[in-house]
Amino acid sequence: MSDRVTVAKTYKLYLGGTFPRSESGRSYQVKDSRGGFLANAAQASRKDVREAVVAARGAFGKWSAATAYNRGQVLYRVAEVLEGRREQFIAEVCASEGVQQRRAQAVVDAAIDRWVWYAGWTDKIATVLGASNPVAGPYFSFSVPEPSGVIGVLAPQSSSLLGLVSVLAPVLATGNTAVVLTSQDRPLPAITLSEVLATSDVPGGVVNILTGRTAELAPWLASHADVNGLDLCGAAAAQRADLERAAADTVKRVLRAPATEPDWTKAADMSRMRAFLETKTVWHPMGV
Amino acid sequence: MTTENGNPVFDYAPAPESRDIANLRPSYRMFLDGEFVEGGGEPLKTINPATEEVLAEISTASASDVDRAVKAARRAQDRVWGRMAGAERAKYIFRIARMVAERSRELAVLESLDNGKPIKESRDVDVPTASAHFFYHAGWADKLEHAGYGPAPKPIGVAGQVIPWNFPLLMAAWKIAPALACGNTVVLKPAETTPLSALVLAEIIQQAELPAGVVNILPGAGDVGAELVNHPGVDKIAFTGSTEVGKIIQRSLAGKGRKVTLELGGKAANVVFDDAPLDQAVEGIVNGIFFNQGHVCCAGSRLLVQESIADELLGKLHARVSTLRVGDPLDKNTDVGAINSREQLLKIRELAESGEAEGAVRWTSPCPVPDKGFFFAPTVFSNVSQAMRIAREEIFGPVLSVLTFRTPDEAVAKANNTPYGLSAGIWTEKGSRILWMANRLRAGVVWANTFNRFDPTAPFGGYQESGFGREGGRTGLEAYLDV
Repeated sequence: MSDRVTVAKTYKLYLGGTFPRSESGRSYQVKDSRGGFLANAAQASRKDVREAVVAARGAFGKWSAATAYNRGQVLYRVAEVLEGRREQFIAEVCASEGVQQRRAQAVVDAAIDRWVWYAGWTDKIATVLGASNPVAGPYFSFSVPEPSGVIGVLAPQSSSLLGLVSVLAPVLATGNTAVVLTSQDRPLPAITLSEVLATSDVPGGVVNILTGRTAELAPWLASHADVNGLDLCGAAAAQRADLERAAADTVKRVLRAPATEPDWTKAADMSRMRAFLETKTVWHPMGV
Repeated sequence: MTTENGNPVFDYAPAPESRDIANLRPSYRMFLDGEFVEGGGEPLKTINPATEEVLAEISTASASDVDRAVKAARRAQDRVWGRMAGAERAKYIFRIARMVAERSRELAVLESLDNGKPIKESRDVDVPTASAHFFYHAGWADKLEHAGYGPAPKPIGVAGQVIPWNFPLLMAAWKIAPALACGNTVVLKPAETTPLSALVLAEIIQQAELPAGVVNILPGAGDVGAELVNHPGVDKIAFTGSTEVGKIIQRSLAGKGRKVTLELGGKAANVVFDDAPLDQAVEGIVNGIFFNQGHVCCAGSRLLVQESIADELLGKLHARVSTLRVGDPLDKNTDVGAINSREQLLKIRELAESGEAEGAVRWTSPCPVPDKGFFFAPTVFSNVSQAMRIAREEIFGPVLSVLTFRTPDEAVAKANNTPYGLSAGIWTEKGSRILWMANRLRAGVVWANTFNRFDPTAPFGGYQESGFGREGGRTGLEAYLDV
C-alpha cells in the first residue's frame, strides 16, 4: 500500500462549458449510502440557474443546426470517453448508490450503451417521425421534427448515472440543449459525467449541470420564460403540480414524472425523444 | 367606380345563397348519450353577426349535464367503442365523412349564417375539409399498429374537447375524427357564438348510427368548458383557442396527469423578399390576413417586406385590398364577411386604435361596409415597429401590420421575435432561400409562395406559446393514443 496521499477532486458546477463554483459560494456535503462523507458539492443558486439557461439558449442555435451526423458523432464520442473512465464511474456509482461492484458495473455499461443507442438515433429521427404529406392539391408538403429548444431536466433522484443519461441523451440527440438539476443527494457521478461531456466535443452550453437542492432550484427553471420544456422526472411528488403550474405560464412542454422512478436498465423507446420535438410542416406549390 | 390607384372595380349583381338551405330551426338541443335533450344550463341565443338577428335558441349544459356526458362517454368507451374492431370503427367514421359531404351545402349556409364567414369560404374550405378530415382519419382506425407507436397502441379513454368559433364545423372535425379513429369517445363543447354546425354534425352522427355516448356535444359558454376540462372522468383534453385560455387550462390540469394538447394563438410573419413574384405575393398576403376576416390563429398578420420593394408592394397591396368586397356572408361574391361577435369587433377596434396611437400609419379600405351587423373594413398599418401592440398581439381580425427588413438574417430575427410560433410565410423565387428560411423560422407551419393551406394529411400545430401537440397526419394520432 502506497503512502501517497490522493488528490481529492473539487466537485463544481458545469456551466457554459466551464466548471465554476456556485456564484452563491454555497456548498453542501454529499454522503455515501452509509452516511460517510464523500465530498462537498456546489449548491447552485437561482442566479446559477439563470446563467445556465442563458448558456443553453446561446448554444441552441449551433447545436440544433448541426448536422444529425455530427450530433451522432459527438454523442458517440461521449460513449467512447465514458468507456475510458469506466472504473471511475463504477467506483462513484458504488459510493453514491451503495450498490455492489457487479451491479455498478452493469449500470455503467448500460449508461455507456445508452449513449451509443441515442447516438445512432440522431440521423434517423427525421426519417421515422418526419413525413411527406400526400395533400389533396398541387403542393409539395413535408413535415420534419425539430427540437423544442432549451429543456430543463430534473434528473432522477436515485439512479445517479444511468437515470441521468437516460433522460439527458434523448434531449441532446433531438437537438435540444439542457439545463440539468442532478440528483440532489447523489450528484457526484453527474459532475464527473460533465467532465466527460467537456472532453467529448459537446459544445459548451449544450449541457449545463447544476448540483444543489432540487426543491429550491426547480421552480426557477419551471417558471423561466426562456425554457421551452421541462422533464419532471426528479421532482418530488409533492412539488410536481406546482412546477407544472409554473410551466404553464409560458406553455412549456412538460414531461411528467412516473409515479415511481422507472427501471432504467430496461430498453429505451422513442417517447423521450418525441417529448421535446416539434413538428414543422412546410408547403410549396407545384407548377411550371 | 375605381380604386384610389385607378383600377376599375366592377359592379356585381347580388348573388346570395338562400338562407332556407340551412334548414334553420327555432331551437336546438344538446346531444348527450345518443339523444338530443334539453340541457340544464341557461339557454343561449345565437345570432347572425351580419344582421344581429337571432338565429335560434340553444339549450346549454349544466355541470350535471357535463357529468352525465362524461359518464356516457366512459360507458361507451368501456363497453363499445374501445372494444370495437378498428375496421368497424372506421366504417362509422367513413359514414360521417360521406354524410357531411352530402349535406355540404346546408352546412355551408348554416356556417356562414352563424359565423359570418363568406359562403365561398364555408362552401370551398370549411365543409369539404371537415369531410376530408373524417375520411382521412377513418382510414387510420384499423391501421394504428402501423403508425409507429408500437404494435398495439391503446386509446386514452374519454376526450374532452373545447373548440373556437372561427371554424366551427372544421374544428369539430379536427377534434372528433382522430379521437374516434384512435378508439376514444368524445365530449365536445362548441363555441358559445357558433354552436349550430356542431349540432347538425351531431344529427349526422346520430344518423350514422354511432353507438350512444361515443360523441356528446354540449353547447355553452366558458363555464361549461371549464367544467369539462376539470372533470375528473376526462382522460384527455384538447383545446383550440386563445393562448390566454390555453394557459389557464394548462395550469388547471397541473398535477392531474391528464394528457393535453393545445392549439393556441399566433402572430405569423409573412416574409416577402425583393425577388418575389409580387402579384402572386399580394394574393398570398391578402389570403393570409383577410381569409375568414382574419379570424385565423395562423393568419399572416405581420407582413415583413424587404425594404427595397416596400413602397411598390404596399401600393399594389392597397390597390388589391380596396377591391375586396365586404358584406353579406351569404353572397357568393363576398370576400370578407362579418366579424363573429360584437366583443371581437370591439377588440379589433381597440387594437387598431392602439396602432394609430403608437404612431403606425393606418390605411383602411374605402370599400362600402353594411350599416348593421359587425363589420370591419380591411386595414393595413405601415411604419409598424416591433414594439407596437399591433406587431406583438394577436388581433384576430382583418388588420395587417407591415414591417420592413434589409437582410435575410434580419427577416429571420424579426419573424422569430414573438412568444408565438404557429405559422410563417416566405415569398421568394429562390429555392435555396426558401429552404434556408423554412429551416430557421420557429413555427409549426411554413407556407412558401402560398399561405393558409390545410390538409388532413399535413400535421398542424405550434411552437412555443402557440401550443403543443399536432393535428393531422400520422403525427396527429399521438394526441389520442396512450403513448
